Order: sequence, then structure tokens, then C-alpha cells
Amino acid sequence: MSVAHFAVGDRVQVRNLEVEEGLAGHMRAPVYCRGFTGEIERFCGIFGNPESLAYGRDGQPAQPLYRVRFRQIELWPDYRGAAADTLEIEVYQHWLKAS
Amino acid sequence: MSQNPPVTKAYHDVGGDDFGPIPTEDGAYQLWERRVDAMMRLLSSPQVGLMRVDELRRGIETLGEDVYNAEPYYGKWARSLAAIMIEKGVVTREDLDAKIEALRVERGLKR
Repeated sequence: MSVAHFAVGDRVQVRNLEVEEGLAGHMRAPVYCRGFTGEIERFCGIFGNPESLAYGRDGQPAQPLYRVRFRQIELWPDYRGAAADTLEIEVYQHWLKAS
Repeated sequence: MSQNPPVTKAYHDVGGDDFGPIPTEDGAYQLWERRVDAMMRLLSSPQVGLMRVDELRRGIETLGEDVYNAEPYYGKWARSLAAIMIEKGVVTREDLDAKIEALRVERGLKR
């Protein structure tokens, strides 16, 4: 089991494992947030890795899951809402690096 | 913070795409949709344990773009359930095709 590396408030960048590590298949980080930096909003718990479970494997090592908060105006170039608007999405630890 | 390097978005990765206004009225589920939902719940129950939600997702993500875009929500589920059960050897494609064809004949449905 992987231990939790990040704490609430930490700045994290979403990795692009398809490019970095040549991974393919069932990926649990949508493209719209990859490469962007957000802030850990909460720790959600530790769960079997869905990218392993999706292929009938055991999901080990289990992965810490975090809710990450982004600023909408940073994610979307044509965003027309309020500057303070945020988007939260849950991302597994192996998709995150310190920023 | 920009994205670097750029990535190719899979056809099922639609977050941020423009689909227009979000329909907010409740729709009624049809019987077949309830049945597909029930099949998933049964197959993924601890007593049966033949299916995980992550496998369901993978099955949906490998339907191919045309099927993905043509099928409604539970149509994607049904096709994924069938594909994963065939993959695991629970049913064969031949048995499934034969059953579907028999039901078509029985109910007078066109191919």
C-alpha cells in the first residue's frame, strides 16, 4: 500500500503518465486537468488502483486518493465565469507530483 | 500553467467539451435500462464477484468511437458487460449471438 505523500493545502501538478511512462488503457485522470497545478482540498482515503482493477488484477499497490482544487480560469482558456470559481476533481496519488 | 507536452484526448474523455445546455428534467428509466443496472449490481456483488466498476469503465472505453457515440448510457453498460463476460469466459460470443437472434425471431424484430 502506498502511503499518503500530500497534505491539505499542498500544491500539486497532475502528471501525464501516458506520455511520461508510456501507459495506455484505462486512465483515471482526464486530459483537461493534466499538466495543471492545483491544491489538495482533502484526503479521500486509500483505494485499490482502478487502472489495475480494470483489467481484473488486484489493484495493488493501493493508491491514496485526493480531492484537488483548480482555478477554473486556469483550466479553460475561454472561461467566462467569476475569477474565483474553482473546480474539484478526485485524483489518485500516482498521477500527482509536488509543485 | 499550460499543458506540456500536449496530449491526445480519447473519445470517451469528454470533460470540458461543449454539449450545450444541461437537461435538468428527470427522465423515466425503461425496463431494459433497469435490467442492465440490475445485471451490473448482481455481477459486481460480493456473492458473485465477476465484475468491477473499473472493468465496466474499461469495457465502455474500448467500445470504439462510433458505438460509444451511438449508444445511450445503459447501452454502453450492456455492451461492456457482454464484452467483459465474454473476455472472462462466462459466456461465449456464439451463445450470446444465438440468444439475441432467437429473441429477435421470437419477438418478430428486424436485424
